[in-house]
Amino acid sequence: MKIPSTTPLFRSLKGRAPAARTAIGRVGSFPYRSPTWPGTVSRPAPERNLGVDYDTEWSRKYPARLFRAVVLDNVTRPVAHLTTSPQVRGEELLELLDPPAIFVANHESHLDTPLLLSLLPARFRHKTVVAAAADHFFDRRWKSHVWSLLLAAIPIERHRVNRKSSDQAADLIEGGWNLVIFAEGGRSPDGWQQPFRPGAAYLATRTGRPVVPVHLHGTWRVLPKGSGRVRRSPCTLTFGSPITARPDEDTRRFNHRIEAAVSALAAESRTDWWTARRTPAESAIREAQGPDASDWRRSWSLGPSPGQGETADPRRWGMRRIQES
Amino acid sequence: MSPRPGFVLEVDRSTPPTLFWHGEGFRLEKLPAGSRVLYPPEPLVPLRDPVEAIATALENPLGDSEPLSALLRPGMRLTIAFDDVSLPLPPMRKPDVRQLVIEQVLDAAAAAGVDDVVLIAALALHRRMTESELRHALGDRIYDAFAPHDLLRQHDAEDPEDLILLGSTEQGEEVEINKRAATSDLLVYVNINLVAMDGGHKSVATGLASYRSLRHHHNARTMQHSKSFMDQHRSELHSSNWRMGRLIAASGVKVFQIETTLNTEVFPEQFRFLQRREWEWSVKDRMTFVASSKALERTPDRTKRSIFNSMEAPYRMTSVQAGEIEAVHERTTQNVYAQQLVEITGQADILTMGLPYICPYNVNSIMNPVLVACLGLGYFFNLYRGKPLVRQGGVLILSHPTPWEFHPGHHPSYIDFFEQVLTETTDPGEIGKYEESFATDPWYIHLYRTGNAYHGVHPFYMWYWCAHALDHLGAVIVVGGDRAAVHRLGFRPASSMNDALEIASDVVGNNPSLTHLHAPPILMAEVL
Repeated sequence: MKIPSTTPLFRSLKGRAPAARTAIGRVGSFPYRSPTWPGTVSRPAPERNLGVDYDTEWSRKYPARLFRAVVLDNVTRPVAHLTTSPQVRGEELLELLDPPAIFVANHESHLDTPLLLSLLPARFRHKTVVAAAADHFFDRRWKSHVWSLLLAAIPIERHRVNRKSSDQAADLIEGGWNLVIFAEGGRSPDGWQQPFRPGAAYLATRTGRPVVPVHLHGTWRVLPKGSGRVRRSPCTLTFGSPITARPDEDTRRFNHRIEAAVSALAAESRTDWWTARRTPAESAIREAQGPDASDWRRSWSLGPSPGQGETADPRRWGMRRIQES
Repeated sequence: MSPRPGFVLEVDRSTPPTLFWHGEGFRLEKLPAGSRVLYPPEPLVPLRDPVEAIATALENPLGDSEPLSALLRPGMRLTIAFDDVSLPLPPMRKPDVRQLVIEQVLDAAAAAGVDDVVLIAALALHRRMTESELRHALGDRIYDAFAPHDLLRQHDAEDPEDLILLGSTEQGEEVEINKRAATSDLLVYVNINLVAMDGGHKSVATGLASYRSLRHHHNARTMQHSKSFMDQHRSELHSSNWRMGRLIAASGVKVFQIETTLNTEVFPEQFRFLQRREWEWSVKDRMTFVASSKALERTPDRTKRSIFNSMEAPYRMTSVQAGEIEAVHERTTQNVYAQQLVEITGQADILTMGLPYICPYNVNSIMNPVLVACLGLGYFFNLYRGKPLVRQGGVLILSHPTPWEFHPGHHPSYIDFFEQVLTETTDPGEIGKYEESFATDPWYIHLYRTGNAYHGVHPFYMWYWCAHALDHLGAVIVVGGDRAAVHRLGFRPASSMNDALEIASDVVGNNPSLTHLHAPPILMAEVL
């Protein structure tokens, strides 16, 4: 039944909408939600058999893989399409690639993992593990079980070098498993790309397997860090050409090349392939990381949400100015 | 696991909002990235058997002193003085440390056959304690044995019959203290050392003194030269008390000093979140915080005060030492610092602090605006050693409702001070000209001696307490305070922390550094 817009009930509900939104927003933040951990404070060691000590072997057995494949194809994939209407670019670049490979992506949102997994070509999709932060996804027993089962997550120590987690990841790659890794080490706090950590480059150098640069654009608007509310918004997933570490290339330099490749995809998703090609690597990285400015200016520079762009004054958005400069 | 030491957090984007006390309530404030938050050390492991520790301390005194049992003999005059209701804060759960100590002193006195024993609450110019407060501090056993026979007394700084002038120091400071205490064969002083300023010679030289004596160090000049008054080596207040204490000793007053220190178990289990760092709050902590905050927002002020005033701290004793005053106090200070000291490098442009519902002078009472100023600019500002946490000319931001409200029974002279003196001037150096009239006002003296009122001069002392901070700071801003009351104090009101930072930018520029003092529990900053 449609409520006429002139009725008192409609006016009452309309009047309460902002208050309701505020209340929901409040409930979505501390102290109603768990506190975030300051980046300047080291976390205490997790319980035994948690974190990097958690054994995920069971999640790669056939029954768990079958369950995951059913859920991924019949639940995750339709839901991801419904909320993000994803556009996939560069999928054809994977045609000539032999698994296993390391998919290195930027990280904007918790949605990145299910979206990326559901959009991988079928021959990669069902034999892929995801590197997940040991201190976040494996700090509780129930979380460890859930993420291992649903995403084939493996624990990775992101704040310091941990031989155990890197050995496990390398063994899995050498055993034929593809790996998805978000090289920023955590979700972007503001939608802009963060500097890449060298873990992915190290694993690629160690195993000799190719790296597929991947860029996810728009998931930050769907479910940004710190928000519990999912908004529908279109997303773009761009695959880049696989790259392999050169014999004379060390981890640091290869990591820089990976970061440049993902940043070039970021430029491509904002503009077009040709414009992105003509952007020097350093500029692409700088643009992907956003302006060096105050928080609000960085947020402002992200530009309007899709759908607002047509009505908004393009001169308002700093992104244009960055690109022009 | 041993308790973690104090900690300086550098705020980043992932840091959850920081808890600020706000009178009888709390606020969560998102501090700018790059700010530093000073967290107190975790409570030290307490003494396993405090009763045994007290017995050991009494028989193994420090410095040039005999054991207590050797100092007691039949026929002697024994006076036991003890800290008043201003310590500890909040009042501790029974049994109070004073009860534990005094019971053992009395056991020793009884065993030695001492008949002439008097207990004196060392009030100085504070209000008289009520019966329930005395029972809480001393226990029913002591109260019932001494109070009915007028052997449990409260120091009266206006009773000419019970004061004695012992002389003057080289600086001309007159030393006039309680006659019963001064003429006893032995004066045992039982102290609770909550902050480094407490104890030592100050116990007797201040706690049992008269206005005539106190005015020599409770003044603007002394406070301006005490940087800080929590740091013995740079405190003129400390030096003055030490001169007086040595004169008392030279006059033949034999003092056996017993000092105790407590850990920082300040809040009961249901408010345990107040002791924890925000990012470590459990689900229970967060639920308790939300529930208590929401409930307090809807609770009348009077009820809120009752709730908080009924809160008793589960303090535990960390040390007890007895004997000669200076040797005892040196050890005590080390133990206080072991619990409270936190190192931090460099001063900030802005210092923020959330002020709680209680200070030493409003136990079971109302925190009036003068006491708000005293707690922030007097006590919390001075919780440093070395340099203040905020630079010269910097800004202090306080969070407190600062109600224009006074307890007429406890703080009668504060009302007139607020209405008559602060309307004329807020300069601690200037207000001195009004001091004499308040100190000698017969009505205030009557209320002090017979009721439960602070002495007429007390609000002046509270304002002198702020003198160093007022001298040092470029501005003081109060967040969420009563605008009129804040203006009367000479400070600037702000409705939110963001507004306060905006106002502060007028003084310290647009990109200031900020340090937040995350207290209580009490901590002492060692500013390098």
